[in-house]
Amino acid sequence: MSGLTKSSIARKVVMALSGLFLVLFLGQHFTINITSVIAPDTFNEWSHFMGYNPLVQYLLQPILIAGVVVHFVMGFVLEIQNNKARVIKYVKYNGGANAPWVSRNMIISGAVILAFLALHFYDFWVHEMTYKYIESNPEDPTRYYAETVEKFEPVWRTVLYVISFVLLALHLLHGFASSFQSMGVNNKYTPGIKKFARIYAIAIPLGFAIIAIYHHFNPITH
Amino acid sequence: MKLNLKIWRQKDANTKGQIKEYPIDGIDGDMSFLEMMDVLNEDLIAKGEEPVEFDHDCREGICGSCSLQINGEPHGPDRMVTTCQLHMRKFKDNDTIVIEPFRAKAFPVIKDLIVDRTAFDRIQQAGGYISVNTSGHTVDANAIPINKEDADDSFYAAACIGCGACVAACKNASAMLFTSAKVSQYALLPQGRIEAVERVQNMVRQMDLEGFGNCTNTGACEVECPKGISLENIARMNREYLSAKVKG
Repeated sequence: MSGLTKSSIARKVVMALSGLFLVLFLGQHFTINITSVIAPDTFNEWSHFMGYNPLVQYLLQPILIAGVVVHFVMGFVLEIQNNKARVIKYVKYNGGANAPWVSRNMIISGAVILAFLALHFYDFWVHEMTYKYIESNPEDPTRYYAETVEKFEPVWRTVLYVISFVLLALHLLHGFASSFQSMGVNNKYTPGIKKFARIYAIAIPLGFAIIAIYHHFNPITH
Repeated sequence: MKLNLKIWRQKDANTKGQIKEYPIDGIDGDMSFLEMMDVLNEDLIAKGEEPVEFDHDCREGICGSCSLQINGEPHGPDRMVTTCQLHMRKFKDNDTIVIEPFRAKAFPVIKDLIVDRTAFDRIQQAGGYISVNTSGHTVDANAIPINKEDADDSFYAAACIGCGACVAACKNASAMLFTSAKVSQYALLPQGRIEAVERVQNMVRQMDLEGFGNCTNTGACEVECPKGISLENIARMNREYLSAKVKG
């Protein structure tokens, strides 16, 4: 990590690359999750594949976790360094006059997403690890849909998820397009990239929120 | 126009400063902000008080000397102007105006509203130049054909006056807009390509050594820059830096 933090531009690029990787992952995650609303059998099939395919489990999953860790550790490193760069703060600082709230408060939206990830890992990843490796249960390709829907029965969890998705949208509204600038891409394609990033930043979290709300209001009747 | 000024007063670099209030009357809308400060200082001197120290030189927006964080924005609420070009008609009667020095660890306060911006000089000295043989065999710069768009972009980057508003506006006190303008003005020209690999690395290293913060692409610098220096320069510097690292 120390080698990556030597130059301010290297730090930007690390944030951008890890962020873009997580943006791509969000798209893949959403594609699988939306099948839980439109085709539960497909959801079971794909979830089982993701949960038992060795390439996904032993290569892609560690890479994903590493991507998350690098992104949030670097985010905190940048925040600490940036606070040190202005020791005496302004008595009056009109940040809203020259930059949008989302770009100035990535640390707030990021911290909320990190807290959400802790809950999300507890809800699904810890459950999976326990099911497979601690309790050593046999493979059951049909269990995923019911387990997912059950998770959204409590109102508190659905509300926490939806709030987190709002913060995720705010984070992406700045972060997605910003990662291109960090990697030196600012040309005739930039307006198009910004437009696509804005649509993606709203559509994907909105989609996740719709999935959570849908399952809350459509519980499996026992 | 009657105003209530809240001004940062600080005896020297080692003394703690504080905001002091100065009511002022008889300010004309056609006065520049610095002329308003002159009126205040004449009042203070007449009363036997210490005048407020602030940087200024050309008073026509080209030297980069004037600074001032005015109501939370560098060079005040107007766009594409320096403090010396800011007119008092931008304010209303009975307004309260908070005036502070540009804040950054790399811009320590010398006195009152004057900060030490020599960190910018050191970044410039680290690579913001081209080595030209001036022994009498110098090739005329105009003898080298340059694409019009590149020449224009280089000129726009060179319009940076090094005032430090980008640092003052940035929530991270980052100096990337300044440094990228200085890198870009050479990177776009054939004369600047010869030392391009070393230039960008040396200037970024010096920028980091000075203690400026990291750029998080908020774009505040571009909005507040009195010369309209574009964020495209930062993207160009990032490209130059990454390509220099790859080339070694």
